[in-house]
Amino acid sequence: MFDDRSPIYRQIAERIKTDVLSGSLGRDQQVMSTNQYAAFYRINPATAAKAFQQLVDEGVLYKKRGIGMFVSPDARDVLRAERRKTFFTDVVEPMVAEAQAIGIPIAEVIGRINEIANGPAR
Amino acid sequence: MTLGIEVTDLRLNYGTVTALDGLTFSLSGGRIYGLLGRNGSGKTSLMSVLAAFRKASAGTVLIDGQPVWENPAITRQVCLIRTNVDTLGSTDRISAALDFTAWHRPSWDAEFAATLLDRFRLSARTKIGALSRGQRSVLGAVLGLASRAPVTMFDESHLGMDAPTRYAFYDTLLTDFIAHPRTIIVSTHLIEEVSPLFERVLIIDNGRLVLHEDADALRARGVAVTGPADAVDRLVAGHTVLGEKSLGPTKSAMVFGPVDDAFKDRARRAGLELGPIGLQDLFVHLTEPAGESR
Repeated sequence: MFDDRSPIYRQIAERIKTDVLSGSLGRDQQVMSTNQYAAFYRINPATAAKAFQQLVDEGVLYKKRGIGMFVSPDARDVLRAERRKTFFTDVVEPMVAEAQAIGIPIAEVIGRINEIANGPAR
Repeated sequence: MTLGIEVTDLRLNYGTVTALDGLTFSLSGGRIYGLLGRNGSGKTSLMSVLAAFRKASAGTVLIDGQPVWENPAITRQVCLIRTNVDTLGSTDRISAALDFTAWHRPSWDAEFAATLLDRFRLSARTKIGALSRGQRSVLGAVLGLASRAPVTMFDESHLGMDAPTRYAFYDTLLTDFIAHPRTIIVSTHLIEEVSPLFERVLIIDNGRLVLHEDADALRARGVAVTGPADAVDRLVAGHTVLGEKSLGPTKSAMVFGPVDDAFKDRARRAGLELGPIGLQDLFVHLTEPAGESR
């Protein structure tokens, strides 16, 4: 279920962040325990714990002693702000580079973006 | 209960053949370790010495701070499951294997053993000699798991199992480890399949320790650099390169890190592609005999 080619804890952390961003994990909602997570995904519990620790350090999750891990109230906003910061370098720049490589004028790209954003072409 | 293992300058010779050539490592208790090595690298020899099936030629093996050799207080707590259940005659029934194990394992859980037999569809009344290779592997797994020994080693025990049975074995191993933490060592050639279970990985080659590292940290260490050959060469100069492949003017080099952000920046500026390397590929290259890399 996980790619063996990059640290599993990072893949788990990314998956949980995606769930928080999409809203399928809501604020103050409890997440599965490390042991449940480990058993479900068939991974070492220490690896799952490392992912949760990273998310606690980043402020995405918080710990209630003896109860479990919960989604921080502002986690979604924090993650959205974070993704906004990398949006241009991660998404827009490669797109512009690709457009230039295959000879699509940037004006055409912008036009198409406006079309998509404003709904179907008039 | 979990027990730690301390191995110092361990050597094992079979006549003039050196099986273990000065191994030194220390394993803290309560973790799952993966023991990887090519055929004949010394995995089985190492486990046999840890379980006191064989006497070390030199060096020390301490479990819970005590020597293992001829020390029943320790060996009762150390369980090694080999590929074949070779301790019993073929006319014995599975129930005899369970009784025998129960008799010498203080931590044996008979109820759990019965549950496992059901789960893996084995009958206690079946004779050992009537079992298929896969069923013998399953019996070994059942004995190993239900022993709940503070140190449990599986030497390729899942080898004869089919894929669904292997996954059931991994699931059972993991949930039982979570419920009853202990020191578990698994040797395997099915690296991609089993490695998510490992917290740490030991790689041995020619009886020597190649590395002992956190499994996830190891996954982050390999980087494949691909692009124009001269640019790749410039970037990887001074780094440990495990292997290289060329396709026309394009070259791909496997770098064994750690690599820092400056390395990644330089790669990006040179238009080189960086990709991860799987544990299995890392293993293949780390244990490659000198001069045989492609």
